[in-house]
Amino acid sequence: MSEAESNSGGEFEREPVPDSALLGSGKFWGMYAGEHAAGTEFMIGPLFLAAGASLSDLLLGLLLGNILAVLTWRFLVVPIAVAKRLTLYYQLECIAGGSLVKLYNLVNGLLFCFLAGAMITVSASAVGVPFDITFDVPETVLGLSNTSFTVLVFIVGVVITAVAAGGYERVARFANIAAPWMIGVFAACGIVSLAQMNVTSMEKLSSGEFWNESIAFVQEKNGPQTFGFWQIVVFAWLCNGAMHFGMADLSIFRFARSRSSGWAPAIGMFLGHYMAWISAGFLLAALIKVQPELVLSDDGKVTANPGLLAYKSVGWTGIICVIIAGWTTANPTIYRAGLAFQGMLPKSSRTAMTLVAGTVATVAGAFPNLSAKLLDFVGTYGTVLGPMGAVIFVDFYLMKRFGLRDQYASKSGTQINIAVLVAWVLPVVVGLYLIFVQGLFAAYAVIPCWVACAILYLIFSKVLQNPNLGNDHN
Amino acid sequence: MNILLKTISAVALGLVVVPCMLHFAGIIDLPTVKWTALVGTVVWFLVTPTWMSRRLQVDSAEVEI
Repeated sequence: MSEAESNSGGEFEREPVPDSALLGSGKFWGMYAGEHAAGTEFMIGPLFLAAGASLSDLLLGLLLGNILAVLTWRFLVVPIAVAKRLTLYYQLECIAGGSLVKLYNLVNGLLFCFLAGAMITVSASAVGVPFDITFDVPETVLGLSNTSFTVLVFIVGVVITAVAAGGYERVARFANIAAPWMIGVFAACGIVSLAQMNVTSMEKLSSGEFWNESIAFVQEKNGPQTFGFWQIVVFAWLCNGAMHFGMADLSIFRFARSRSSGWAPAIGMFLGHYMAWISAGFLLAALIKVQPELVLSDDGKVTANPGLLAYKSVGWTGIICVIIAGWTTANPTIYRAGLAFQGMLPKSSRTAMTLVAGTVATVAGAFPNLSAKLLDFVGTYGTVLGPMGAVIFVDFYLMKRFGLRDQYASKSGTQINIAVLVAWVLPVVVGLYLIFVQGLFAAYAVIPCWVACAILYLIFSKVLQNPNLGNDHN
Repeated sequence: MNILLKTISAVALGLVVVPCMLHFAGIIDLPTVKWTALVGTVVWFLVTPTWMSRRLQVDSAEVEI
């Protein structure tokens, strides 16, 4: 396949991928090998420890959660992807209407900005290490860190935004080259951390004493917290909910020659969301053991500073890795958010919209609490975007069985399919209420919202679809 | 030529990972690990781009968490 075809900006965006462009399973394994080993992993791993997850729960919970995630990709996403061979956006456009897809894209773009903001925080934490600039997490969600760190975030954000505005291809290529090395550094961080804690035998590792001591230290400083087995399972399963339950990866798997390619996310899951998360958690445990004073911020609470953690483990290589991992995640994220904004304002330039996205991301990055709440954020992200996957699922499997029109927007010519809009917004509003007002763990809301959206879409379609619509002409 | 460059990249990656294992086994100290990892990193980024022309991923504008 030519590069132009493989690029998202290339062909087949509004037509099924032809047989000549299909890819074998091997390509997908290679494609996912570098995925999910990104800057977020440096943040998420330590957060598990800080949240009080036991080591055995972490090892087994992540194992089960990641297996469930892979199964979801394989049996939910890939069958639809290979049957229709269309992008998520085009399928949604046919079902929900062009204007509604733009709204979805805008929401997607805004959420991307906050994700990129967390990555800018992560990168700045690494850039700050040589200058002895560390960040502390303020009490309030919208509280700034110290002035030096805020300035550093601004500088890093400006640079990342400028590169994204110039086009992300070079960075994407660089990310590809960096991927095997980053995985190596993640592994190195974990191994060195274990050695620093003198956990050099299976007996010491399986006892988990070093981990329990670290949790006790964190809880003494930050107060008691719990993060149980099922929370870990659900988080690992659903933190990428937008990609599998939300069907975003339809766009990738539409090129798959066979359904067996659907197993490929396993490599990304178990390198990035298993090995890397655990290694990153070990980094915090090791620093608590070796130099506990370095993990305490000014207010005496434990703060996971990814740059410092990696530096204390493998030195400058760790700093470079955190910068690159944060950078290569933030850059395409800002670029993608810029495209989403441009979709809402077609007359605007992509560069201008990328700068807007970068500005939002940089402002978000200045609030360290947002990145410290990454466990909640990715669950919220899946809650908001995941239900759109239910719309595609229902449209593909159930609409005709219930005597309804599939791809209703394209057949009726509507720009906003009200059935989709209401079915999407209602569960998401309830989900967000439960998360932000009632304190529900965010990842728990993904599946209920997905199921509710599916049921509501069927019911509203039954009520709202015009039965006199002509035969299929799409 | 390509094989030589790929071999150098593999060695560079090995310099990042293998010394950690040796440190884990108590054979070398941590400063040595840090220096070899840095050398491996520099060599990796100097050499690998000369042969690794991996195509952009399909829809690489899509972002994974």
